Amino acid sequence: MIKTIDAYGLYYKDLNNMIKKYYEKGIQEFRLKRVSGQRYIGSGIHGKPNIVIEGTPGNDLAAFSDGVNITVKGNAQDAVGNTMNDGNLIIHGHAGDTVGYSMRGGKIYIKSYAGYRVGIHLKQYQDKIPVIIIGGRAGDFLGEYMAGGIIIVLGLDVAADEELVGSYCGTGMHGGVMYIRGNVAPYKLGKEVKSDTLSESDMKVLKKHLSDYCNVMGLDFKKVVSKTFTKLYAYNKRPYGKLYAY
Amino acid sequence: MLKKEGQIRIPAGCAISGIMNKKGKRFSGEMIIDSISVMHERSNGLGGGFAAYGIYPDHKDSFAFHLFYDSKVAQRETEEFLKKYYDIELAEAIPTRKVSSIKDSPIIMRYFAKPKIDELYKSELNEDDFTVKFVFKVNNGIDGAFVVSSGKNMGVFKAVGYPEDVGEFYKLENMYGYIWTAHGRFPTNTPGWWGGAHPFNLLGYSVVHNGELSSYGSNREYLRQNGYKCSLQTDTEVVAYLFDLYYRKHKLPVDIVCKILAPPMWDEINRMPREQKRLYKSLRAVYGLGLMNGPFSVIISTDTGLIALNDRIKLRPLVVAKKGDMMFIASEESAIRAVCENPQKVWHPRGGEPVIELLDKTVSTYIEHKYIREVTA
Repeated sequence: MIKTIDAYGLYYKDLNNMIKKYYEKGIQEFRLKRVSGQRYIGSGIHGKPNIVIEGTPGNDLAAFSDGVNITVKGNAQDAVGNTMNDGNLIIHGHAGDTVGYSMRGGKIYIKSYAGYRVGIHLKQYQDKIPVIIIGGRAGDFLGEYMAGGIIIVLGLDVAADEELVGSYCGTGMHGGVMYIRGNVAPYKLGKEVKSDTLSESDMKVLKKHLSDYCNVMGLDFKKVVSKTFTKLYAYNKRPYGKLYAY
Repeated sequence: MLKKEGQIRIPAGCAISGIMNKKGKRFSGEMIIDSISVMHERSNGLGGGFAAYGIYPDHKDSFAFHLFYDSKVAQRETEEFLKKYYDIELAEAIPTRKVSSIKDSPIIMRYFAKPKIDELYKSELNEDDFTVKFVFKVNNGIDGAFVVSSGKNMGVFKAVGYPEDVGEFYKLENMYGYIWTAHGRFPTNTPGWWGGAHPFNLLGYSVVHNGELSSYGSNREYLRQNGYKCSLQTDTEVVAYLFDLYYRKHKLPVDIVCKILAPPMWDEINRMPREQKRLYKSLRAVYGLGLMNGPFSVIISTDTGLIALNDRIKLRPLVVAKKGDMMFIASEESAIRAVCENPQKVWHPRGGEPVIELLDKTVSTYIEHKYIREVTA
């Protein structure tokens, strides 16, 4: 059964409590209509409901979430998937700044561009490897302080005079990997970042994630992977490990 | 008495919103209230306010002074001072209604006035400089009096409260302007007092600001050297004065003004072609004390347009949209979509990249345009 909720004029706490209450009663599928800026949708739910959002969800979509699946039929705002632990967030539009802020697991797919500081302090541990895929371009400070996980930037709708990624890319990076569909000018990279071609094992990882992304977004996988990607990773896993060690 | 800026520190974001009709068609304040209220979570009730342009067509050639007074004494003193230098066309209380959440209201007055010709002549100033001098004299010299706004055919309406309540308090649904900006305050360093709410205004320039200026100290000193007295101990104040200095007094083009306020980083300047490099190096050399550092997103409004500007590394949110003759700016996209169902274009400007939108020059500003709430299906 699909539960439809008209979110027009609903305060964010009331909307989120409503979703939680219905989920605890056993409802798995939600359709939220006329969402307008309500924050924290999908937060605080223990389980894996499917939530489809129509309208514009507010900041911190699925913040600290642990397994929710959210599809936004539109654009999202700032801090999508803040510190999320597991789940899938699919945005059929653009997103604001700090997408995947401190994310620990799960996937965020964005169809169009994303703002500044995508994947700031992204991390990973054993089998928990968060993945962020941006279909358009990404703003400055992409992967800032990145400690783990995978960021993929495709730049599919980028105009000829536009750049795929902004400046200060990977500043403070010390783990994880970024795959950029095209070249990144060396001046854009933080001093901790190394640029390279993709190895066979990189390609395997990339193709796995891209085939899923293309499937979800309805894109031609062959076309998307046909271009040469650049791999960005950290020179040193623990650049500050000796800082206090004398 | 209410504590003023600097006397207390309160821990805290803010909400900003701006709407313009490029053709100068006027629309009710309801639209901007609907927009700013979507971002309720960004404010904490310690300040809300609006700037509106085109609201006083019957007095369009007079300065419209909006004043707050703590006491009748302050009011008397200010009115005597005003009468000495200006011919007052009309003095009246600004209409308000009772709203339970808006308390401790000062005396709120407005005056439509023109500088006395002989006084203006004696001062050897133009009427804008004459008025700036008057504003600073009131704000610094008369205890308990505060000039809220001093432009022509425009006004600032602000209070301690949530912006949607402030809009109701001032009955802004009955006002019609072609440019509106709004602010919901969440003060980080200072208490909420009526004068400390945004927008901050000087002549026709108003500013709403989310963030804080770590360059406040050097900006304030630079402004002092140029004859501006910062009396409110609020960082945002300097934005209005810097804009006045660069745009009105130094007559710099508005895009250059923005590039002074939020200049490119040195490494970016070093990569520029020669001519461009010279320009930006000169700007930083000449106006080094007048650049703004720290996290900010601001909307600067004048009677001829709207400017949206972010700090260079974009530490605050800003979204812009267009639909037909309408232009929208806000901290959050939902605040735009709440009043504009299908914008033709929505984008997040890059840090330090100004969005400047001017009114079409040939238009009349006196056609009333009905705002019908757009509700998404």
